[in-house]
Amino acid sequence: MKKYSLNMLLVVFAIGLLFAAHFGIIDGYIQIVVMTIGINIMMSTSLNLVNGNMGEFTCGHAAFMCIGAYISSILSVFCFGTKFGEPLLPAASVLIVFPIILLIGGAVAAVSSLLVSVPSFKTRDDYLAIISIAVNYMIISAIENLDFVGGSRGFQGMKDTTWAMIDIFDGPWMLFWVINFTIFTVWVIRRFISSTYGKGVNAISQDEVAAEIMSVNTNKIKIINFMVAAGLAGCAGGLYAHIIGYVNPQSFNILKSTEALVMVYLGGMGSLSGAVISAVIFTGLLEVLRSQAIIDGLLSPVTFMFPDWEPSAGVIKWVMIPLMLIIVMQFRPEGIMGNRELGDVFPKLKRFYRFK
Amino acid sequence: MAQTQVQRDNAPVIEINGLTQRFGGLTAVDDFNVKLMPGKLTGLIGPNGAGKTTVFNLVSGFYQPTEGQILVGGKPTAGFKPHKVTALGVARTFQNIRLWNDMTVLDNIRVAQHYWLGYGFFSSVFRTKRYKQRETQISEEANELLEVFDLKRFADEFPKNLPYGTQRKLEIARALSTHPKLLLLDEPAAGLNSHDVKDLIRLIRWIYDNFDVSIWMIEHHMDVVMELCSHIKVIDFGQTIAEGTPEEIRNHPAVITAYLGDDVI
Repeated sequence: MKKYSLNMLLVVFAIGLLFAAHFGIIDGYIQIVVMTIGINIMMSTSLNLVNGNMGEFTCGHAAFMCIGAYISSILSVFCFGTKFGEPLLPAASVLIVFPIILLIGGAVAAVSSLLVSVPSFKTRDDYLAIISIAVNYMIISAIENLDFVGGSRGFQGMKDTTWAMIDIFDGPWMLFWVINFTIFTVWVIRRFISSTYGKGVNAISQDEVAAEIMSVNTNKIKIINFMVAAGLAGCAGGLYAHIIGYVNPQSFNILKSTEALVMVYLGGMGSLSGAVISAVIFTGLLEVLRSQAIIDGLLSPVTFMFPDWEPSAGVIKWVMIPLMLIIVMQFRPEGIMGNRELGDVFPKLKRFYRFK
Repeated sequence: MAQTQVQRDNAPVIEINGLTQRFGGLTAVDDFNVKLMPGKLTGLIGPNGAGKTTVFNLVSGFYQPTEGQILVGGKPTAGFKPHKVTALGVARTFQNIRLWNDMTVLDNIRVAQHYWLGYGFFSSVFRTKRYKQRETQISEEANELLEVFDLKRFADEFPKNLPYGTQRKLEIARALSTHPKLLLLDEPAAGLNSHDVKDLIRLIRWIYDNFDVSIWMIEHHMDVVMELCSHIKVIDFGQTIAEGTPEEIRNHPAVITAYLGDDVI
């Protein structure tokens, strides 16, 4: 019972969400928010693998999301779209081919992570951060200069794939895929990191010299860890591209990387549940603070004193979120969860579930 | 794991020929030669900055020697990364304890099996049969080792919360869990009080008697070296100045000069 309680809860939750979306109980806007939360969970948990568990400092995670997004978009247009001529595959095969396309996007992103992991053999900390930013810029400008995929104008045509799915069955397909891939991501990371093999990653973070002398092949583990992180970010990118139906290199710039970074530090370095919780809170906050009414309400004591001032939500949001970050970092620098998991913070929860 | 009757064969565990290491203009180790036979407890001593730790760093693969050759069990280790050297059967501890402080004691021992895990990323994700088999095996071995070292009650503790002497012991246990043929101890008694030093001498003696391992140690505490080692090598400024039994070393004029200066004689 204990062994399956969490899985059952997740399945019930996912089916509930899908039913609610299908029968119009939650509208398109809420669905988009839920999907963004899913993608952000994928981004924060995968970045947490590198920045939290391995203790490296990279801030170019969006580059891998970008590669995944573009590769899977191009494949998807080739297979089901009409942009490059006749579709290669029959529309009926979309339900099998689509996850494969996402995984291929992830695989290519994983290979491209070598751009960061190979330099990480010799460099650490600030220097690796610079390298990762450079890689982020490199990849964005490379794509901006590829006319084949629209350059800086962006690339579209992936909606054909989603329509092909809707032709088969009229349901919330993207929500379905996002839920599945989010669970897949957390599952992969959890299993990897809790095995003795994956604990080599923690060993590198705590003492790399000791790890090497205690028979851990640090270079290999670094490559694998970066690949897993980048691959999962690539899958997230592919999903993002198919939800929006349009990708632009500039939507994967350093700001996007910073968002992922913020979520990791907010949740706590090296805590998987922390990364999930902070992704939910952060995305939720971003959405909540978009509402002018809420901003007005929050600022009513201030606007009462300065009646001429009319704050706009779009501006104030980016004042409040960094402010909140500063406050969190001031009073709880280790993040919401520190490096502990949910089960360590609330030991009583362990009686109800087993997570592996 | 502990064996009472230890069989030792006769090929040298490690053979070092003409080892030289230069850092720019400084020659840290100059033409160092040694041949350690199995089943020996050997000491390496010398004043501060003599190049002792450099020798250990060269043997364990952190530096590549400028000149010379290191043979571990007859195999040259040139170009090997440290984990490869460990795989050949050379384990070491550090002068300043280097445990993984945010991992439990049990995990510290288990991760030291990393090279021999025999499964990869996909097995760990899909929890294959091989994965389960190896994980149980590793946990059993680790528990057994902790039992033997009387550390079992700390298994779920974090090393940073343990007393210093226990951390030393754990580091040695972790090194032994890689099944080495040669154990390098870099100043095991550093930072220990006289009571702990006595425990340490007993521990090293016990390891020597019960495990199939040769021990090569750097130490500043003369009582430890003199009591344990059957053969001692003294280096100063990277050069070997004396070698022999503890009695020979104690009265060797070059050693006295190196440690105390010329005026004494």
